[in-house]
Amino acid sequence: MKLELRGVTKKFGSLVANDRITLTVESGEIHCLLGENGAGKSTLMNVLYGLYQADEGEILLDGVVQHFSGPRDAINAGIGMVHQHFMLIPVFTVAENVMLGHEQTTFGGRLDLDASRAKVREISARFGFEIDPDAVIEDLPVGVQQRVEIIKALSRDAKVLVFDEPTAVLTPQETDELMAIMRQLKANGTSIVFITHKLREVREVADRITVIRLGAVVGEASPSASNTELASMMVGRAIDLTIAKGPELPGDVSLIVTSLSVIDSRAQYVVKNVSFEVRAGEILVIAGVQGNGQTELTEAILGLQSRVEGSITLNGEELVGRPVGGMLDAGVGFIPEDRTEDGLVAEFTIAENLMLDRSMGAPFVRWGTLQLGTLDEFAEATLIEFDIRAQGITTRVGTLSGGNQQKVVLARELSRDLRLFVAAQPTRGLDVGSIEFVHTRIVQARDSGIPVVVVSTELDEVVALADRIAVMYRGGIVGIVPANTPRDVLGLMMAGEIPEGVAA
Amino acid sequence: MTDNQKPVTGAKIASGFAGEPVQSPSGAHANGVDANQVDPIVAAPTEPAPPPAANRIITEILGGNAMISFLAIVLALAIGSVLIAFTNPAVQTSTGYFLSRPGDTFSAIANAIVGAYAALFQGSVYNFERSDFINGIKPLTETLTFATPLIAAGLGVALAFRVGLFNIGGRGQIIIAAACAGWVSWSFPMPYFLHMLVGVLAAVVGGAIWGGLVGLLKARTGAHEVIVTIMLNYVAYYLVSFLLRTPGALQASGSNNPKSPAALDTAIMPNLSNLLSVLFPGAPVGTFRLNFSFVLVILATFLVWYILTRSSLGFRFRVVGQNPNAARVAGIDVNRMYIVALVISGGLVGLAGASQVLGTNTTGFTAGIDGGIGFDAITVALLGRSRPWGVFFSGILFGALKAGGYTMQASQGVPIEIILVVQSVIVLLIAAPPLVRSIFRLPAPGSPVRAARRPGRLTEVVTK
Ligand SMILES: Nc1ncnc2c1ncn2[C@@H]1O[C@H](COP(=O)(O)OP(=O)(O)OP(=O)(O)O)[C@@H](O)[C@H]1O
Ligand SMILES: [Mg+2]
Repeated sequence: MKLELRGVTKKFGSLVANDRITLTVESGEIHCLLGENGAGKSTLMNVLYGLYQADEGEILLDGVVQHFSGPRDAINAGIGMVHQHFMLIPVFTVAENVMLGHEQTTFGGRLDLDASRAKVREISARFGFEIDPDAVIEDLPVGVQQRVEIIKALSRDAKVLVFDEPTAVLTPQETDELMAIMRQLKANGTSIVFITHKLREVREVADRITVIRLGAVVGEASPSASNTELASMMVGRAIDLTIAKGPELPGDVSLIVTSLSVIDSRAQYVVKNVSFEVRAGEILVIAGVQGNGQTELTEAILGLQSRVEGSITLNGEELVGRPVGGMLDAGVGFIPEDRTEDGLVAEFTIAENLMLDRSMGAPFVRWGTLQLGTLDEFAEATLIEFDIRAQGITTRVGTLSGGNQQKVVLARELSRDLRLFVAAQPTRGLDVGSIEFVHTRIVQARDSGIPVVVVSTELDEVVALADRIAVMYRGGIVGIVPANTPRDVLGLMMAGEIPEGVAA
Repeated sequence: MTDNQKPVTGAKIASGFAGEPVQSPSGAHANGVDANQVDPIVAAPTEPAPPPAANRIITEILGGNAMISFLAIVLALAIGSVLIAFTNPAVQTSTGYFLSRPGDTFSAIANAIVGAYAALFQGSVYNFERSDFINGIKPLTETLTFATPLIAAGLGVALAFRVGLFNIGGRGQIIIAAACAGWVSWSFPMPYFLHMLVGVLAAVVGGAIWGGLVGLLKARTGAHEVIVTIMLNYVAYYLVSFLLRTPGALQASGSNNPKSPAALDTAIMPNLSNLLSVLFPGAPVGTFRLNFSFVLVILATFLVWYILTRSSLGFRFRVVGQNPNAARVAGIDVNRMYIVALVISGGLVGLAGASQVLGTNTTGFTAGIDGGIGFDAITVALLGRSRPWGVFFSGILFGALKAGGYTMQASQGVPIEIILVVQSVIVLLIAAPPLVRSIFRLPAPGSPVRAARRPGRLTEVVTK
């Protein structure tokens, strides 16, 4: 189906999130949307999906003007959306989820689960998915859950599929599989809108690329354009994608983790007997496929895990057993992996979120009273320094674009005096320009002479930041290797193999 | 600075809209680790799981604006009108011959409704049938008198709400507070006024302990505060009933009734008539029941406003109320916040108990001293969106309904239950839509959906 957006404008108050956007997606085309954080990509897709009403402009499918008053209309017209965070009910089975929202019933109002099962099987067979219609969603890996989303969309005969940053949470292998699925869909005539910040993916699958800046279309790019070309088109000026990272000047050993294990509620070891050291002025990147214990390791350092064995010392002080509040006050900066759940309060303003973990004393609290003036000044300055795109410091964080939410967390943690910086997936969801900015800031933190621990699943990021790399697999550290280790060796290690000549 | 950064005057828009890369499944299963990754909070045996679902519900209920409260009141009064018309004998008779003289029915309906609401006004604001101002204005002071304990207890419930806690224990807290204040009021002779202040303090402490107990149980054992508060209501009721039947405890000496002694004069709150007689000696001062506790309640409203909007404690309260996970990561001791919040909440509810036994009900009390205030306070807090001044004014509205309801019954024969229906409909309209949405997992109309992502966390499914 051919999708046309003509002059779509969407305003939030005085903010123009989409400014007369005109876009055509031909039938059987993969069309990439590129743009900075807050450029208006998600907003445009939400308009297309009927979640927002456009203030101006029209949506045409095969040349027919559509009027969507809600997602149901959009779905009926053949539009499907695969959200980055899935709209599935974890305790329901695949078949139940697939039929949710357009339940079919048999005689007497009984749910016709069999029909839904059959549909799941039929679509799975078409794409070669192996999905058990009776599996419960919460037991499925993320990549498979995403496939259920795709099946759900296809089961309603979606002819236009929107993917909004689908790969942010996938492993590299899952990403490759998703690309293959997208190509297959395209071959079947489905039109695809694909939003991502990863230029490699763009180049791999895109037929056409539209770049959006400040809510308006700035032009089309060819899939063969270079990273720098694409990036400068997005930002509107030439940008340099390499970070200025001087050689490290490591000082004394500062953070020492010895025989650390973390036990979860099911009495399973999620981190097993891990030991490493980080020097002051050094970045240790913990690489590995998502879900191999990295998250728990960082949480254990901050004191967020309750069952921890072993020891963690910072400059000689034992950290295990200390309350989280004490850790933060002692100068540990922490970027949680899941920022909306653990790092932000969506209903709070940007300013309030910037003091979230600093509510115990100066400068934002005196005599138990909030120093709102100080906070506002700080927030204004931070907004500019970190280039957070928002209407103002009183904007509620929940209304910010995904990347800008992430920047709020980064800004809060990086604008303190730190003695240790721990960041889990610090650049997930950020646009290329912001990634370089954040990397630069992390290197600056290192150069101020503190130990830095970064968890990343992106090899590009691992290589860009690391002074040393620790690879985790199944809760343990496979090996700690120098930053110049070849990528294929890292890849092997991430799969749990210890290549020849690597010290474990 | 770009166009993007101009200030906006737009309406409130739902947060957490769809399609954002703002969340990331902690893909436990992705590869590797055999155990499912479980949220650390759930994992910790010593720390009760925070209730994100409840938090979302509260956020939604409190997130509405004053307009919704206003519409709820209007709609509830409209429904009240229908009931008034239905229960009116004249309307019933005239519908008997509706077909021959329909006009009779319509005028009977109009008379019934206008009469009832006029009586409501007369009983709650100003009575034009009285000759002088001092008597005419008495209904308004009655409204404020009824409103006083409702506001105090409403503030307590509201404060707990903002921390994500349902304090259903107002009844127990009021009973305990009343017992404490009462005991001080008849057992320890003290100078005038000071005696009363000590009594108030005792009530606040009693309520705070009874509320804090809930917080302690929640923090230590993970027990849900709704269950604990409801149970403690019974404990308080039967404990005080027992003491009121026990000579030498709270029972008035020489009496067989389960009733306390009267408060000493020194412990009784001065009322408006007392004040007027000091200010204007010799002038008619009326018989106002409105007393000093109204002043305390105004101060309490300011205090709660300060705590919630200006203090760092209140900031932490609100973080815990909105997102306990983020609170934990931000180093806030969530359990301590629960305890502190319930202590303050119980203390505020205790103030309602003091206003009862030292203000309006000074001749001795029974275990029924709560008089439904503990539960009405929940409604007041809801209607006031748990904002301090919102609670203040919704307390006054409920006070007016109470004061006017009696007049309505007395002068128009309208069953007092209609007032209860009106109150209940208000709660229903305010609380039910988000509750229902949450239970059915439906997206709020017009707002993009946010949904489950972390495998294994049912509570995440609640959409908003
Ligand atoms: N519900 C809302 N209320 C107010 N402003 C909003 C709302 N949703 C989005 N915005 C604003 O509109 C702009 C565009 O946001 P959008 O989410 O579309 O960006 P995006 O291109 O998807 O960015 P990202 O790459 O970071 O996800 C941002 O400035 C954002 O703050
Ligand atoms: Mg987006």
